[in-house]
Amino acid sequence: MPLFWLRVAVAFYGAGLAYALIALLLRREAFSARVLAVLAPGWVLHGVALVETIAMFGRGSLFSMHQSESLLGWLLMGVFLAMYLRYKTTSPGLFVIPAVFLLGLMAALGQAPPHFSSPITRNWWIVAHVTLIFLGYAALFLSFVSSLLYLLQERSLKSKRGLVSGALSRLPSLQTIDDMGYKTLLIGFPFITVGLIMGSVLAESNFGADYFRDPKILLSVIVWIIYMGLLYSRWNSGWRGRKAAYFASFAFVAAVCAWAANFVSGVHRYIGQ
Amino acid sequence: MKMPYILVGLNHRSAPVELRERLSFPAEEMAGALLELQALPHVSEAMILSTCNRVEVLACANGSAPDLLPFFSARAQLPAQQLRSHLYEWRGDDAVRHMFRVASSLDSLVVGESQILGQLKEAYAFGRAQGGVQSYLDALLNRAFSVAKRVRSETAVGSSSVSIASVAVELARKIFGSLEGRTVYVVGAGKMNELAMQHLRASGVGAAIITNRTFERAQRLAERFEGTAVPFDRLYETVPQADIVITSTGAQQPIFLREHGEAFMQARRNRPMFFIDIAVPRDVAPEMNKIEGLFVYDIDDLQQVIAANRAGRTREAQQAEAIISSEVVRFREHLCELDVAPTIVSLQDSMEMLRQAEIERARGKLGPLTSEQEQALEALTRGIVNKVLHTPITALKSAAKTQKSESLVEVVEHLFNLNLHANLSGRRERKAAGEARKDSAKA
Repeated sequence: MPLFWLRVAVAFYGAGLAYALIALLLRREAFSARVLAVLAPGWVLHGVALVETIAMFGRGSLFSMHQSESLLGWLLMGVFLAMYLRYKTTSPGLFVIPAVFLLGLMAALGQAPPHFSSPITRNWWIVAHVTLIFLGYAALFLSFVSSLLYLLQERSLKSKRGLVSGALSRLPSLQTIDDMGYKTLLIGFPFITVGLIMGSVLAESNFGADYFRDPKILLSVIVWIIYMGLLYSRWNSGWRGRKAAYFASFAFVAAVCAWAANFVSGVHRYIGQ
Repeated sequence: MKMPYILVGLNHRSAPVELRERLSFPAEEMAGALLELQALPHVSEAMILSTCNRVEVLACANGSAPDLLPFFSARAQLPAQQLRSHLYEWRGDDAVRHMFRVASSLDSLVVGESQILGQLKEAYAFGRAQGGVQSYLDALLNRAFSVAKRVRSETAVGSSSVSIASVAVELARKIFGSLEGRTVYVVGAGKMNELAMQHLRASGVGAAIITNRTFERAQRLAERFEGTAVPFDRLYETVPQADIVITSTGAQQPIFLREHGEAFMQARRNRPMFFIDIAVPRDVAPEMNKIEGLFVYDIDDLQQVIAANRAGRTREAQQAEAIISSEVVRFREHLCELDVAPTIVSLQDSMEMLRQAEIERARGKLGPLTSEQEQALEALTRGIVNKVLHTPITALKSAAKTQKSESLVEVVEHLFNLNLHANLSGRRERKAAGEARKDSAKA
């Protein structure tokens, strides 16, 4: 049943994606809030699927590869919808909708979640640890998307073209995009920090000091440091625009690496404990 | 049935301004001119639209089409021959289409500007008050207003900026979002800068700083916009306070160079800055646009945005033309239905009278009836009448749509023995009332 709801949710996301693509191809305004009419119900159903998964297979099931994709996608969409409430723009959807659709699709095509035998994964602390880190990643991704939008808008203002018609003519103002990028960074940072601390404490008690040599842990700490650097550069010298965008892309790539490191990590391997 | 409208006039494309001036109607002469028009043979209704870009007379013809040329030539005090080439005349569908286009601002000098709709509404209100606008013109004008509304909401004909100042505001919004609380720096106290400043002020910008080589002029402008005047030699140190800089000086060399821009950005901790350079030769070195976070638009750039906006409007205008074409057809159908409506009503009335009379006659023979029987009798007779009338009414309605209703109306009236003169139409009655009003106005 959870898989069914997830698939319905993915169908909704797919409809949103199709709408966005058509709007782009027809060079209408980027895309209007109408796209939310399919994204919001999709998100709710997606949430239902996640809750049912936990209810049926236990908390640990969230950490199978496909379920964690599903959870990350859900959080991403949640942050995107929250941003819409605050900024009344769907422009980040340009990148968020395809990302969530792909995450959801991978999860929906996967098998039913495997059962975890390891007792640690049933701990609520782990659920909190993962959810917080994922929320941080989702916020980081939106900050990255904002810096891409900033670059697009800056380029169109500098080149003095594409201001009037076309897909990019309805982007929010530079000021708004900048604010979006900064606020998401600001909100995401505490989540990642607390999530990492929790993870450290948990790992320490389960694996001992050895876990620090785990590649995933190392990468996560690097992501955190880059995150910190991003924030600092903004506070200190008002970095924005190109430099900030490159920095944010770097952070994003590092975060993806940290995610991918699950395949080589002893502590975070999905299957086999 | 042909739509009885006729429109004669001239506009900014067909006639030079000298001629438009000669023909324009000041408000105090409007009433007299309207009476004059209504007194012309074959004119049953009339109104005048007079703006700086057009003078048009819209009339409703009674029988054959009236000749409005003498009216114009008398007004302009020019021989008709000389005037003819500048006037256009539209009849029937074409007059309706023209009215719709004018109301939707597709015929305007600046396509999409909405001023014309207000002017048309005024002309209509005046014509109504003076008795020139009655049923036919009323129907046309009301439809024209709703068509204009539809065009405005379904196309983007009127949504983009086409003046230097409004484009500058539009661009500033793309950078800063809301302009509230933004500081504007005005370099040079010339006319252009004043205009741009006026526009920015209207869009809600906050503080204004003004400088000029002659300090007194800066002070004068500062007073007007409740800003601060700054001596010209303090220009470079004060500019970083501003988010938006409008510059238009007579300087032969650029006064803002790349190194200035870099210094400004450093002082502003990379907060974006917008330079609007409306001077020729330019005040801002083009290399400044290469600095990150600094946006420079010179007069040509602004003109280009305007041109693009215009092109966008033209694209939208094609969509609007399609809407108007379909609305002309709809209006014609609507008008035709109005034409057969009186016949249908009198047909129904006369059958109803017949039915009532027959029931009365039968009642004597039937004796006392129970209420169920009464109801049955009522339903039976009504059913028969409705069934009999169904075919002729449908035929009338569909004939109205194909514009061949007049002969059919005659046949129906003849067959059902409808009293032609008493019933023929509210239309003729309304017309008669109009004539009466005209007479009393003359007296």
